[in-house]
Amino acid sequence: MNFIALSPVDIAIAATLLILNAALSIFLRLRLEKQMLVAAARMVVQLLLMGLVLKTLFNLNSALLTSLIALLMMLFAGREVMARQKRRLKGWWSYGLGTTSMVFACALVTIFALTTQIRPDPWYDARFALPMLGMILGNTMTGVALGIDRLLTGAAAERTAIEARLALGHPREEAFGGVIREAMRTGLIPTVNAMSAIGLVSIPGMMTGQILAGIEPMEAVKYQLLIMFLIAGGTGFGVLGAVLVGAWRLTDSRHRLRLDRLRAGAE
Amino acid sequence: MLVIRGLTRAGLEPFDFDLADGECVSVRGPSGGGKTTLLRAIADLDPSAGDLSLDGVAREAMPATQWRRAVCYLAAEAGWWEDRVGAHFSDVQAARELLPDLGLAEEALDWPVSRLSTGERQRLALARLLLIAPRVLLLDEPTSGLDPDSTELVEMLLRTRLESGAGILMVTHDRDQERRLATRGLRVTDGRVAGEAP
Repeated sequence: MNFIALSPVDIAIAATLLILNAALSIFLRLRLEKQMLVAAARMVVQLLLMGLVLKTLFNLNSALLTSLIALLMMLFAGREVMARQKRRLKGWWSYGLGTTSMVFACALVTIFALTTQIRPDPWYDARFALPMLGMILGNTMTGVALGIDRLLTGAAAERTAIEARLALGHPREEAFGGVIREAMRTGLIPTVNAMSAIGLVSIPGMMTGQILAGIEPMEAVKYQLLIMFLIAGGTGFGVLGAVLVGAWRLTDSRHRLRLDRLRAGAE
Repeated sequence: MLVIRGLTRAGLEPFDFDLADGECVSVRGPSGGGKTTLLRAIADLDPSAGDLSLDGVAREAMPATQWRRAVCYLAAEAGWWEDRVGAHFSDVQAARELLPDLGLAEEALDWPVSRLSTGERQRLALARLLLIAPRVLLLDEPTSGLDPDSTELVEMLLRTRLESGAGILMVTHDRDQERRLATRGLRVTDGRVAGEAP
């Protein structure tokens, strides 16, 4: 392949931009320099580690190890989803709702793509499985976090409206319908927007990477299209699952609104 | 008609009560004493224990939606889920006929909810409840924001319902209203419900 390999010096030169920004922050007393440098250091360490892990995994090519890493990625994503909630469900649910819906949606979509479209040999080849999962997971995570957040804040904010309907004998599906629709919309909008802006406003990161690595633009476009459909599918299933199960958890079989299952004003 | 045995939940001590056809019982007591908790528990809006039945049918023997249409609760602060008033009524024609009895113009159905005054909201929420014709009305301060004329209209409507056999359990702070409508009273203090002479 005719790609241009980077030396550590090249990367160090690029990093001077960040140092420059940090210096500006000190000069202008923005007090952002510490945060910026810590985040940059984290990025360097995390990515180097990931590079090491991926390299090892590619060489070992063990199904067990690959699925273990995949599970770990999804558990971390679950923690991130929980951290983004203004309000949280009580107990195991605060972590479990987002995590399980993501695990199901992302595993399903990734396995579907690996076994029917990309078809590496073996299909669980870490070189394909983990980067694909990573991209699908990253987007699904954003959608699920937004969807759950909107559902929980919506249920609390719309309490009088929801209970007015329940008191008039409306079933919980109807009384909750508005909040459910709003939560789904919120969770799916970023993906929809990304699809309509892609190619006009931005060249997506993966496509850029492939082009820099010497792939023909049309080939890169095909990969990008595939990934975007997978992301849209994964986000859709993930948000749908999380919002519906969340709504079911916030109500009960006697069609009551169960805000007592939310933590009081949790930050 | 409505028989309650040992109804209890957090903040409400076990409580027995019978409501007969055409009977109006007032509910009084200090704020935070459990009046709203009591009405919500009867309507099954909060989880509660105890045996409740309506005309001999146990609460748990019917779907919660059916129970709440028969034993219907009107919150002190009404909730709205659509922009237009009319969208909250399943039978708009029936609503049109009922509104003048509450001193409201038929056109109110075309108004946006955001334009309504407190008193209009209260009467429209009552209209919404009356139109599903519940057997038992659980009313939480239904006339607290109304002027004397509107209050009189509401009371007239409630009296008609009582005459046709409905039962009413009504939170009120108005002693005169209690005398006009109720045959007896309940007093709720610190989650304890006691009977009171009218």
